[in-house]
Amino acid sequence: MTLERRKVMATLLAERGKDLLVVPGLGSTTWDLMAAGDDPRNFYLWGAMGGAAMIGLGLALAQPARRVAVITGDGEMLMGLGSLATIGIQRPRNLAVIVFDNAVYGETGGQPSHTQGGVDLAAVARASGIADCRNVDDEVGVAALAARLKDFDETLFARVVIAADEPPRVLPLRDGAELKQRFRTALGLKP
Amino acid sequence: MNAAAEIDWPARLYGALKRANIRQVGYVPDAGHARLIERCRADPEIRDVVLTTEEEGVALAAGAWLGGERAVLLMQSSGAGNCINMLSLARSCRFPMLMVITMRGEWEEFNPWQVPMGSIVEPVMKLCDAEVYRAKAPGEVETLADRAVQQAFGDERLVALLLSQQLIGKKVWTK
Repeated sequence: MTLERRKVMATLLAERGKDLLVVPGLGSTTWDLMAAGDDPRNFYLWGAMGGAAMIGLGLALAQPARRVAVITGDGEMLMGLGSLATIGIQRPRNLAVIVFDNAVYGETGGQPSHTQGGVDLAAVARASGIADCRNVDDEVGVAALAARLKDFDETLFARVVIAADEPPRVLPLRDGAELKQRFRTALGLKP
Repeated sequence: MNAAAEIDWPARLYGALKRANIRQVGYVPDAGHARLIERCRADPEIRDVVLTTEEEGVALAAGAWLGGERAVLLMQSSGAGNCINMLSLARSCRFPMLMVITMRGEWEEFNPWQVPMGSIVEPVMKLCDAEVYRAKAPGEVETLADRAVQQAFGDERLVALLLSQQLIGKKVWTK
């Protein structure tokens, strides 16, 4: 049975520790993250396509005592494919990049993405130097990934194969400056 | 050699970045920035992050600030064009975004392919709502760098410090 994106997001964050910071990509993964429950330690993206993984890298380097999970879609990851090479040589121990791969551009009408044509994102990540790369396509794999999110100590990449459905949008705050500020405040940083 | 030419401006620039407590440096390798990059790579307090394209650096610097660290993005004028859409992230969220840009396509440029982007960096950066400074002589670099740092991190805005090709020197094409 194909995995449902909202259930996967909920499972990954069900036992979220206080030190897990989450950066979704623009579009569906931002709605998924909001649907799983709003949190000031989420930095939702309404733009910056191709930038989610690099935001995660800068954050992970700045916050070595906390774990960072980038949870984005295949189209967003494809636009920043070079960032896997950049992350592959930095290899922060506290960064996980998780791609929800439904092989389509859901926000724009379901046009096929490169992954539908055979591009293997986990293979790209592995070839870029990320040692722990996994393909997840069942609930056992999702449960294992959720457990790993709590204790990983090397750069992690996971491609999660999800159904190409579009659940109703759940929209978070749109004001970027406010999203930034509440995130920093949650980390105890001064304005 | 005149007195101005003896000023080691990459060292002064490095000094300004250190005073500003810059902890992450994103860059695509560039001849004009070579000495500064070398200093940053040798500094254990600075994380040097080599990028595949400059727009990655915009996102990197945003992430750094979310996590409480200051970053700078070093690039050549051609790289400025690669950043345009990603700079929306900085403007939408009011992220401090300090960019130091070495200019090509102006003074004694041999390669005409550098001209189209080099000639529009300044207006394009202004359209992106960046404050733009330009250093033409070695003696100006440090003061302008300090001001750029203050404006980027103090006012949380985009700042582009351009280093003129006249300052950097022309590229030697035949060795």
